[in-house]
Amino acid sequence: MTRTSKFLITAASLAMAAGLAACNNDPPKSASAADSNDVIAQYKANPKYADFINGDKISGYVFASPETQAMQDDEFENPGMLAVQDGEAEWNKVEGAAGKSCASCHGDAAKSMKGVAVTYPKYEPKMGKLAALEHRINLCRTEYMKAPALKWDSKPLLGLDAYVEYQSRGMPINVKIDGPAAPFFEKGKEFYYTRRGQMDIACAQCHEQNAGKNLGVENVSQGQSNGYPTYRLKWQSFGSLHRRFQGCNQEVRAQPYPRGSDEYTNLELYVAWRGNGLKSEAPSVRR
Amino acid sequence: MADVKPRIRVPSEAKKGEVIEVKTLISHPMESGQRKDSKGQLIPRKIINKMSVTYNGKTVFEAKLEPAISANPYISFYMKATESGEMAFAWTDDDGSVYKATQQIKVA
Repeated sequence: MTRTSKFLITAASLAMAAGLAACNNDPPKSASAADSNDVIAQYKANPKYADFINGDKISGYVFASPETQAMQDDEFENPGMLAVQDGEAEWNKVEGAAGKSCASCHGDAAKSMKGVAVTYPKYEPKMGKLAALEHRINLCRTEYMKAPALKWDSKPLLGLDAYVEYQSRGMPINVKIDGPAAPFFEKGKEFYYTRRGQMDIACAQCHEQNAGKNLGVENVSQGQSNGYPTYRLKWQSFGSLHRRFQGCNQEVRAQPYPRGSDEYTNLELYVAWRGNGLKSEAPSVRR
Repeated sequence: MADVKPRIRVPSEAKKGEVIEVKTLISHPMESGQRKDSKGQLIPRKIINKMSVTYNGKTVFEAKLEPAISANPYISFYMKATESGEMAFAWTDDDGSVYKATQQIKVA
């Protein structure tokens, strides 16, 4: 079959599928808004997902395949727990000129760090801006341990991040957007609704307007951050939310910002706020 | 590689003749040998190529692993608990190192 005839057949079948008399350049409208609402309604009605849905907020877990969900459900099978294990070792490791470890000040993380991670990102007076949990960990290191800051997405920082997040697993996300955090929240919101890249797409167009529809083989999620840091199957490794932001930005063919940048930290606050009330699942497993 | 850590989960107690599930997970990059780095150079293959499990010295499970297996391989299997004793797990790396773990089972 020649390429031309194949194209004609494809075009003809698309036109039929879309119920169009003539073929034009518009994509076939196979997934209408009603379809995606149906999918969302089905998720909401499924008692299995009760823990992963809060009102209109739906965790990325719900959009994942049953196999991926099973990997997350079993703490043994969840490869993210390897990062938590690393983090526990880091927590107790003495580093820096002050001769301290995290545990020297904070003691047992299961007590001192319970409920901490769900309040991040948060305004940090010492930095004069918003701090993600990773920033806060590095602040502790440079300020109190007199140790060098860790690189974003390096194994020790991811481990610590995962370990601290793990202490809040199952607790509702609860970030504050008033007071000194307000201007940063506004910047994050602006980022979310700004079209960017060659594809000229904003976060909102996929994750707000089209969540529940299919994009290729993906079921587009609401882009909730309650599972991060996450073990992502595509990466075959554990990674931060900012790494995921970079991936999204690259997909719309925009220049990504560096991990840990102000832009992404502000966005992280806005995205976290969209999921306020969803239970923290870190370390989660995502596709 | 210092940061390769095996994790195993076996019930510590079982009834005689009971079928138990053995779960294992090991942290490993499983570099396929087909990827290139930023300079276009091939990244050398480094995978766990074999896993074997013995139960009181007798081999009960053996697997040959291939480059297509993803990072941090998770392997689980079922076996019949016949007697109390030690399960020994060994993963063999391409570079020749062997990562080991053991677990006691009490069969009543």
